[in-house]
Amino acid sequence: MKKGVMRPGHVQIRVLDMKEALKHYVDLLGLIETDRDESGRVYLKAWSEVDKFSVVLREADEPGCDFMAFKVVDEDALKQLEKDLVEFGSTITHREAGDLKDCGRRIQFTSASGHCFELYTDKKYTGKWGLNAVNPEAWPRGLKGMKAVRFDHCLFYGDALAETYDLFVNVLGFYLAEQVIDPDGNRVAQFLSLSTKAHDIAFIMHEEKGKFHHASFFLETWEDILRAADLISMENVPIDIGPTRHGLTHGKTIYFFDPSGNRTEVFAGGDYNYPDHKPTTWKAEDLGKAIFYHDRVLNERFLTVVT
Amino acid sequence: MRQFNITNKTSKQSFVCREEDYILHAMLRTGIACIPVGCGGGGCGVCRINIISGKADFGRMSKVHVTDEQLNNGYALACRVKPKSDLVIECAPNSKSSQQRADLTKQLNEVSQ
Repeated sequence: MKKGVMRPGHVQIRVLDMKEALKHYVDLLGLIETDRDESGRVYLKAWSEVDKFSVVLREADEPGCDFMAFKVVDEDALKQLEKDLVEFGSTITHREAGDLKDCGRRIQFTSASGHCFELYTDKKYTGKWGLNAVNPEAWPRGLKGMKAVRFDHCLFYGDALAETYDLFVNVLGFYLAEQVIDPDGNRVAQFLSLSTKAHDIAFIMHEEKGKFHHASFFLETWEDILRAADLISMENVPIDIGPTRHGLTHGKTIYFFDPSGNRTEVFAGGDYNYPDHKPTTWKAEDLGKAIFYHDRVLNERFLTVVT
Repeated sequence: MRQFNITNKTSKQSFVCREEDYILHAMLRTGIACIPVGCGGGGCGVCRINIISGKADFGRMSKVHVTDEQLNNGYALACRVKPKSDLVIECAPNSKSSQQRADLTKQLNEVSQ
């Protein structure tokens, strides 16, 4: 976070039917509803998160992702980042404080890959859900479904990965944690991080700009991933793949779909990085193993099914 | 409970679907693969079909993949179609991009095997 961009803050996801979506994100995934606004958006958080919300659902005719936001360390850093983005050539849209409930002003810009991102520094601190701030217990009672621990990252599909890398690394201060390189030396996948986490955001090369592959939520253990798989079967939820392990990041994972066709991931474990670590490289020739470590073959859905 | 025959005119394959089920989900249960399967939620457009004959009800689906006008002309996403009579359908992928993406997947899997 050398430029002051601290961590993923929230993602706004479009859904076709809010009631059905809440069954998925609240009853199955285990997020907690924290608010609603006049336009009908519903605000959710995972229990271990300290701010008021990390997922915003908006009912629309087309599913997908409206934007993903990153929290910046303070107002001075936000002002500097705005200057840097303008210098980089980004067009900035200002969203006033309160446009998202209990969230301060946000600045929006679009990456060359065709995705909208936001930076903000202020959001209501509500503390971890269901726990006391002093002498907190291990976890709160009353969690539902998969009991998602936190919103972790998003994977986006689009083109212009080199320009998008430039924006995220040189302007926003992310570093390259992991990459996939094709035989011609082009980077066709980039996993970028702000922290010791394996990724805070990822991009995979795709001819169509602005597509949403998945939003991912952290669980603690492999056993939790198996339990998530059981719940997916109990509810007859469309499954993409898993439980399995990724080669990239080495996380243990399962992919499934919300009732509007947006992909959700829950994962556990995975690699860590410190600033002296070099990026991990996978060859595109071995992409099957890089994505699905056990099957070693891509399913077509991984590359083609996006919203 | 009523159930209906769903026939893919191109592949000549048929399967049975109960009237309260979406036809893609019924197809998956039978093990027949005559419609491509995507997200199963009306979002990705992979299972786009044209209903040649028969009556159906529809769940909400992405208007990027099926506009209101197209819906009136018999196009739909199979994961959002509940039959009200026997149906004859054919696959109707929306754009050349879906074919290009399928080709890309094939290439990638060929080099990785």
